[in-house]
Amino acid sequence: MSFQIAVLAKQVPDTQNVGKNAMNPDGTINRAALPAIYNPEDLCALEMALAVKDQIQDAKVTVITMGPSRAADIIRESIYRGADEGFVLSDRRFAGSDTVATSYALSLAVKKLGHVDMVFCGRQAIDGDTAQVGPQMAELLGFPQVTYAENLISATHDKITLTRRIENGVETVESTVPVLVTVGSSAPKCRSRHAHRLLKYHRACSASEAGDRLAEVQDMWQERPYLQIVEWNADDVNPDFNRLGLSGSPTKVKTVQNVVLAHKETMQVEPTQEALTAMMKGLAESHILD
Amino acid sequence: MNNIIIYCETNANGQVSEVSLELCSKGRQLATQMGFKLEAAVFGSKIPNIEAQLYPYGVDSILYADDERLAPYRTLPHFAILKGLLQERTPEVVLFGATCIGRDLAPRISGALRCGLTADCVLLEVGSHTDVKTKTEYNNILLQIRPAFGGNIVATIVSPETRPQMATVREGVMKKEIFDPAFKGELVNIDAAKYLSSETECVKIISREIEEKKVNIKGASIIVAGGYGMGSKEGFEMLYKLADVLGGEVGASRAAVDAGFCERDRMIGQTGTTVRPKLYIACGISGAIQHRSGMEESGNIISINTDPNAPINAIADYTIIGDVKEVLPKLIAAYQANKK
Repeated sequence: MSFQIAVLAKQVPDTQNVGKNAMNPDGTINRAALPAIYNPEDLCALEMALAVKDQIQDAKVTVITMGPSRAADIIRESIYRGADEGFVLSDRRFAGSDTVATSYALSLAVKKLGHVDMVFCGRQAIDGDTAQVGPQMAELLGFPQVTYAENLISATHDKITLTRRIENGVETVESTVPVLVTVGSSAPKCRSRHAHRLLKYHRACSASEAGDRLAEVQDMWQERPYLQIVEWNADDVNPDFNRLGLSGSPTKVKTVQNVVLAHKETMQVEPTQEALTAMMKGLAESHILD
Repeated sequence: MNNIIIYCETNANGQVSEVSLELCSKGRQLATQMGFKLEAAVFGSKIPNIEAQLYPYGVDSILYADDERLAPYRTLPHFAILKGLLQERTPEVVLFGATCIGRDLAPRISGALRCGLTADCVLLEVGSHTDVKTKTEYNNILLQIRPAFGGNIVATIVSPETRPQMATVREGVMKKEIFDPAFKGELVNIDAAKYLSSETECVKIISREIEEKKVNIKGASIIVAGGYGMGSKEGFEMLYKLADVLGGEVGASRAAVDAGFCERDRMIGQTGTTVRPKLYIACGISGAIQHRSGMEESGNIISINTDPNAPINAIADYTIIGDVKEVLPKLIAAYQANKK
């Protein structure tokens, strides 16, 4: 039996490069205006998974992403960098899921792979910053967890040793296998795309990406099955539908407010030496500076 | 039922951490308002003076588990005991520090109990909620308020139907206040062995290198903070110079930390430290809400920015529109001139 590694990766709006038109006038988010990227820490997780694969001969790395059909980008990117295969978990019935419902759906997808030895995911996604899905999945899978992982030291069929970055320091831990690891941003960056993998896989696509060209694409898959990115919908993972989407989410958004800045008296100070000296003098006199 | 539990962290010397004490203070307020008892869960090994450490913050009972396997913190032993306690005591609310420990433990609990968990709250209030569809009314519940989506919105989150209602809060967000120095609660000894087994021993700590915090931006009375607008690590040098002259500390926005201009323990904001200095000088910081939520209670705010429309200007007492590289040397000169 091969050594099965699963990587959970998410396609996220690039919140660090939010443009002026990112918000609609009604206060909702204009997702179309935001570029979609591979969640940075998930790329670090992919790297750690590939580093484990380097150490374990028969290891196989499978990437799972949940999102709209365009999330197939994540699978292609992962395969270019060395992953063996990937699945897109996509269904409108997942919409509105909070972290509890999301981790439930993802844990079912991991279970669908059959026997899994290690799961890697980013510590958190930049569009939510909650860092909850990893530990929640570990619990649902019944795996121990190692969070905030930084460097892989060694991996064997039944043991993994790694460092984790915690407040004010570093801890080296050893876990039995199976295990779920969440990887932080201080971990090594992901290796780049392999040119030959890019050439081999650049036409890989999913059925919903194929759209009208499905018949043609199916012929291609017939010939080269590795170019098919398989999509799973909710039925494929056999869920309790009460635990999905909005109704399966214990947290509810009560209100959302567009950020309104509380204006206060602001004194405009010219960037001249005289004006700045006067300001500093005022601050010193009111004992704000000593 | 009718209780609030604060999961308390302790350091290597058995001291309850700042964020846990801050949460006890907030928990005391919420407990009084909601008509509940306040309980502190503390798991560790031979923690000294635990009662004296916690009662002054208004803790009605300390749920104390003492076992060698509980220190230093590892997920599964702490998880097993806390999950067991929550199932037995069915609290209404559980709060965790948004630390490496709280953010490791809380979500695993929420996964196990299928209860709601809101990360990095900046405000916790008591209120009611009416479900839009079913019109069901929920009273005396926890309103969990946090910025979301790149700071463009502030969301109020509720977990109306599941219990406990759980939230994590960063250090410094809530204020630590002595409730009553003479307050006395009750110590409840928890039998750790009842919850621990070989299965909670899957992960072993081989070694730990913990340094005491080098930077204390939380305690600084003057903070000179830089943002992405500082341009580079070298650009930050000027901030250290000004901070040095003024007797302050250097802070940074998340964008500056992510860009590698400065180390992470100087990060100010929702995912960093919350500060309330006498004077906050924001240099090249645009002022996304995650940043503002970590510094807007500063006594005085000076913003130096080339962009007159930077959101930070709206909360600044003094706005200087100009190039930081030109303004900072002038500020240093101004301070030194006034000193004479």
